[in-house]
Amino acid sequence: MNNLIKLLDGQARLVDDPWSLVREAQGALPEGPLILPLALWRERDGADGLLLQPDDEVEALGPLLSGVPLIAVEFPSFRDGRGYSQAYLLRTRLGWRGELRAVGDVLRDQLSHMRQCGFDAFAVREDKSAEDALKGLAGLSVLYGRSVIEPRPLFRRR
Amino acid sequence: MYHYDDYDRALVQERVAQFRDQVARRISGELTEEEFLPLRLQNGLYLQKHAYMLRVAIPYGTLSSNQLRCLARIAREHDRGYGHFTTRQNIQFNWIELAEVPDILQQLAEVEMHAIQTSGNCVRNITTEAFAGVAADELLDPRPLAEILRQWSTINPEFLFLPRKFKIALCAAEEDRAAIQMHDIGLYLYRDDAGEMRLRVLVGGGLGRTPILGQQIRDGLHWRHLLSYVEAILRVYNRHGRRDNKYKARIKILVKALGIEAFAREVEAEWQHLKDGPAELTEAEYQRVAASFDAPAYARLDDADLDFGSALARDPEFARWCARNLQPHKVPGYAAVVLSTKPGPDMPPGDVTAAQMEAVADWAERFGFGEIRIAHEQNLVLPDVPKADLHGLWRLACEQGLATANIGLLTDIIACPGGDYCALANAKSIPIAQAIQARFQDPQALQDLGELSLNISGCMNACGHHHIGNIGILGVDKGGSEWYQITLGGAQGMHSELGKVIGPSFSADEVPDVIEKVVDTYRDYREAEERFVDTVRRIGLEPFKERVYARAEVPA
Ligand code: HEM
Ligand code: SF4
Repeated sequence: MNNLIKLLDGQARLVDDPWSLVREAQGALPEGPLILPLALWRERDGADGLLLQPDDEVEALGPLLSGVPLIAVEFPSFRDGRGYSQAYLLRTRLGWRGELRAVGDVLRDQLSHMRQCGFDAFAVREDKSAEDALKGLAGLSVLYGRSVIEPRPLFRRR
Repeated sequence: MYHYDDYDRALVQERVAQFRDQVARRISGELTEEEFLPLRLQNGLYLQKHAYMLRVAIPYGTLSSNQLRCLARIAREHDRGYGHFTTRQNIQFNWIELAEVPDILQQLAEVEMHAIQTSGNCVRNITTEAFAGVAADELLDPRPLAEILRQWSTINPEFLFLPRKFKIALCAAEEDRAAIQMHDIGLYLYRDDAGEMRLRVLVGGGLGRTPILGQQIRDGLHWRHLLSYVEAILRVYNRHGRRDNKYKARIKILVKALGIEAFAREVEAEWQHLKDGPAELTEAEYQRVAASFDAPAYARLDDADLDFGSALARDPEFARWCARNLQPHKVPGYAAVVLSTKPGPDMPPGDVTAAQMEAVADWAERFGFGEIRIAHEQNLVLPDVPKADLHGLWRLACEQGLATANIGLLTDIIACPGGDYCALANAKSIPIAQAIQARFQDPQALQDLGELSLNISGCMNACGHHHIGNIGILGVDKGGSEWYQITLGGAQGMHSELGKVIGPSFSADEVPDVIEKVVDTYRDYREAEERFVDTVRRIGLEPFKERVYARAEVPA
């Protein structure tokens, strides 16, 4: 089942996903491109995508990120909001421009917040329809404060 | 008061539509209860003992007459004819059908109201004191910054799934009537010697099972940095606050674990990245928002009104009410009037009927500028009444049961809904409040006791703020039955303090006697005009314990 939504040129689409997400290394790794948790990722040469857990300190990654093809941020529960701040830091402070993917408990009603915080790919939870989740991306037309994709608060945009 | 512009209107309308869709998906089963829960909480919707409960925001406690009429209509059409005003400048409706909530939100939207973020693990309704803008001891009007903060924290995408709820209060008067030390962030606004607005920032306050007073993290913060500094605190909290244990998830636990200095260093480091960025407030924005709080068109009145003076002289009941229920106004000839929602045993503290709401809405137009405030003590306030109209207003308020002259006295009890409504309660609160009110009915005796706050919570979540009542009552569960623990010496305001437990708890029947003994002890020990809380501070708990726990003489 394919449940990946990506923003391509500002358009949200359902796309095929070549990446395999590995949360824990048990036995042989799958074929093809991999997204690996930090410890495992450090052990290998760097062609892999990186999976960040909520406890991972984003700032410490700094220079390591330059060669990374993709970063996935784990939402162990949709009620755990640490991933939003990690995304904010990756995009603004660390200057990450590549694919930033929300994985885990990723649901329709949270997608627009994730998008505002700089995610551009969303691996919708597998038992949910990604088609349906597309409707959640729009969110509301008004943002008073600021976000990654709109760094100016409303009072500077009036 | 603040009026919505096109952005505010669009946001609230879209939010109603969004929630309508979420409710439909819940009813069809597309959303599980677990998935729906945070969505409904972010819209102020709880599932309580009997039914859904809807909590509507009253930003910084300000309502127009039309808004109050709308609340009355909702009480009548969707509830059982009343609403409950809370300690956090919200109103709660206890008997709500899920399917009707979108329509209720639509009615609210039409009068520029909403229920956004009145619950859930996000930044809650920003509170100030009820007399903001009119209090004689006010240094500055806190409402423009409160409104700026309200907007900024509304659906702020990064901070909607914090470890726990987050409460911010602002105060800018000599006396703190907003309980800022009891908040996750407390902001004290003042002017420096050069006349610039500055903020003293407190962090890590809160009651609940681990009561802690907020500590100062910064002083002299320029008002332009309000948003960036709060953002820095929230980001540190969102990343590092505990999520493994619901009871240790509030920011106060993080501040305590790190210590205020280390916590402040974290915040400072984060803030360095933000402080001169786009979140820095502009003079233009401040002026734009402040303009919507323009002072009403006050008349030039004499501070000493003749009719008022003679009414005081001939009507002792009225004089008693004026002595208790008026708050000095900064404009000569006006007073702010507190309408007590605590008439005694017949009405739970904070409950107001639809008919009363409509009456108050009319008075606000007739005797003021169409504005009503909600106080932290669960009372209603008419902020701008000319002194010449006070007697007329008082007579009408008497007819509606809103003129009890007990503001700040023992029967002006703050109580949470407790076991009658709340699914989390260990014990009832309302009947305890009523039993105490029934015991202390003599107005003269109450008056003689003077300023005395009594707060009741039905469990350790402390919604009734029992820790900061001069007398606090906490419902506890012992072997499946309801007991009450008493604390003394709590206080809110500039000299906030947490009360101390006096000893083993009591059954419901015993509580009024215990309170009477506590009060008698105070009478015996007080010096001159000493307030209850000052006597407790001076003599300590021992004399109270002795009296309360003295064993009855057993005849041989
Ligand atoms: C009836 C449904 C209610 C429920 C389920 C509820 C639940 C809770 C819970 C769980 C807490 C503790 C949070 C924590 O420490 O992390 C809390 C705190 C609080 N609640 Fe309620 N509450 C309810 C009604 C009310 C009402 C009616 C009021 C006002 C009269 C109120 C005012 C407060 C306040 C002021 C606190 C903060 C105490 C503090 O400073 O930590 N709540 N509530
Ligand atoms: S203090 Fe406890 S009983 Fe009272 S409203 Fe809060 S959660 Fe319910």
